[in-house]
Amino acid sequence: MNKLANITFGTAKKPVHCGNGISIGNGLVLPEINFTLPPIAVTEKNWPNICQEYRKMVQEICTRASQLQCPGLVVEFELLPPMTLHPEWGAEITSIIKSILIDFHNKQGLASALRVTPVDVRENERPPKMRSGLHVEKTLQSFELCAQAGADLLSIESTGGKELHDDALMAGDLAGIIFALGVLAVRDMQFLWEKIVAISKKYQVIPAGDTACGFANTAMVLADRGLIPKILATIIRVASVPRSLQAYIQGAQGPSKDCAYEGPYIKALTGVPISMEGKSSACAHLSFLGNIAAACCDLWSNESVQNVRLLSASAPVVSMEQLIYDCRLMNEAIKDGDEAVKRLQKWFTESDAGKDPQALVLHPEIVTSISEKFLKYSTPLEMVFYSVEEVLTLLQDAMKNKEVIIPNPDLRWFDLISAQLDSLPRSESGLLDILMASSQELKFIPEEYGL
Amino acid sequence: MALLDEIKDLVVRGHINIQSKYPPDLAQKPGVEEKVKEALDQKLDIGDILRKGLIGGMEVVGDRFSKGEYFVPEMLFSAKAMKAGLELLRPHMVDQEAMTLGKVILGTIQGDMHDIGKNLVGMMLEGAGFEVIDLGINTAPEKFLEVAQQHTKALVGMSALLTITMEKMRDVVQLFKSNGLKNKIIIGGAPVTQEFSDQIGAHGYAPDASQAVHKAKELLGI
Repeated sequence: MNKLANITFGTAKKPVHCGNGISIGNGLVLPEINFTLPPIAVTEKNWPNICQEYRKMVQEICTRASQLQCPGLVVEFELLPPMTLHPEWGAEITSIIKSILIDFHNKQGLASALRVTPVDVRENERPPKMRSGLHVEKTLQSFELCAQAGADLLSIESTGGKELHDDALMAGDLAGIIFALGVLAVRDMQFLWEKIVAISKKYQVIPAGDTACGFANTAMVLADRGLIPKILATIIRVASVPRSLQAYIQGAQGPSKDCAYEGPYIKALTGVPISMEGKSSACAHLSFLGNIAAACCDLWSNESVQNVRLLSASAPVVSMEQLIYDCRLMNEAIKDGDEAVKRLQKWFTESDAGKDPQALVLHPEIVTSISEKFLKYSTPLEMVFYSVEEVLTLLQDAMKNKEVIIPNPDLRWFDLISAQLDSLPRSESGLLDILMASSQELKFIPEEYGL
Repeated sequence: MALLDEIKDLVVRGHINIQSKYPPDLAQKPGVEEKVKEALDQKLDIGDILRKGLIGGMEVVGDRFSKGEYFVPEMLFSAKAMKAGLELLRPHMVDQEAMTLGKVILGTIQGDMHDIGKNLVGMMLEGAGFEVIDLGINTAPEKFLEVAQQHTKALVGMSALLTITMEKMRDVVQLFKSNGLKNKIIIGGAPVTQEFSDQIGAHGYAPDASQAVHKAKELLGI
């Protein structure tokens, strides 16, 4: 990792070939579809109905994808907590989905791959045990069984450090945020992804990637609801890059998870393809990044949608259709050549970047500029400190130049964050001392992070 | 500025004491603790210090938060400042119960690990003057029952983020009914709706933390 990759949509420096004849980041943007159950208890009694629900959803999705001549799709099966706590349940659904995908490939020629994402059930305990115990076993067993059952891509939304970050975020406590992202999360990613990569090698599947969803998206959602400043959420977005990068340093090959909005940075730094979500994930959450999220994507996702009936079809089928048309447009630009790609990327970017600070830091030029500077730092913690300083300066300059709108209540937070940053020690041990002095009981178990 | 107004203003600003660095412009200046001590020395009425100073300050904070002028971290600082003042008043209060608006038992429902929303509700309730008993995440219906049996006048609040866990709330309502408990139950969380609340027989629903406080007051007749 010493030179940046170009970032544009549809093309990655290191494409991934997998599943039933699919290539990701190889000159096409492909849809990634995700879905979840309507309200229903996941129990042994309900299990046959649940299997049938998944079977029906995937069959309908594949039928629509075939009708619309989709050049290939990735189906993500994101396990629900009980399906990771009972790893054989997750594996059974994996097997059901995979057999449908193979059937559509054989009969309709529909190229596809199956991404399986077990839940990080380690956070079922507070404070969580990250390296030992039942929940670690269940999480890793879930990866093993799903890989055996037919997953092509393995991913996770891992949560190491979240137990500290959640409270720090609510308190606007920069020491906690930096320690969670730059120390705990980094150490946990290294631990966890070494194991996921080993499992992937054993079963010859692709170790795909992670997401800082539990950190940066939590911040984004809170900011979008006016609960924390948007500038804090923007800082956390960029400061989560060093943490997510660890998966790829350990051997993950992409595509990153759809909800990892840090994806463009990962693509620039590593060259792996990325999955992104934006306007067509409105079924799952509000977004101020609807267009700009597409600027560098290789997979284009709906995040998740409940299987409810809409006027035209079930919601997952509707999502599938929307994603296919989004991708068609991007692929038409790719077909027209570099100028068309640059033009469409500019439109994606310019239509969002000035309206929200969180969108601004996804601007490809800013991603490239910040990523270049990331390369100069030797430790993830240094990169996190740099992120905070850089984003504060970037946003203040952009605001002065009228390049971005920053809400009024956010403005006093420039000084509040700067004052905190100036007072912090720059070492792991110095930060840990502050955390220990400021709380009666640590929210995390240092030994579970090798501290 | 009159002393009670100063206390109120310092709660609004979230400045706990002279050692507090927050907010930066008040660092090394007297905070809520110093001013409450001064009020006690001047033998001001305890009820006035509590209602006009501390709770009065939190009412302003709640109002600013509702208008989108304050963020959660700022509210948290204010709540800490108010609590610090409250602790100084406690030894002087004859009726300890009068120091709170009432008790609320809070928990994320069984099977669900998401607690940011629940914590936010807890924080806002405390800021408004309620005592919160937080049962944490992944709370079994039996646990809600057990704690409610010890606090029969307490309001019970449940949250869920997952569509597959919200159904467990129904079990809690049923369990309370079958055990004859009269505690009022309020629910919330992203997939939860007023319609669902009516369906399962809960007494109230709040779409966000701010409205949860209003609903709690309404349900407890405050």
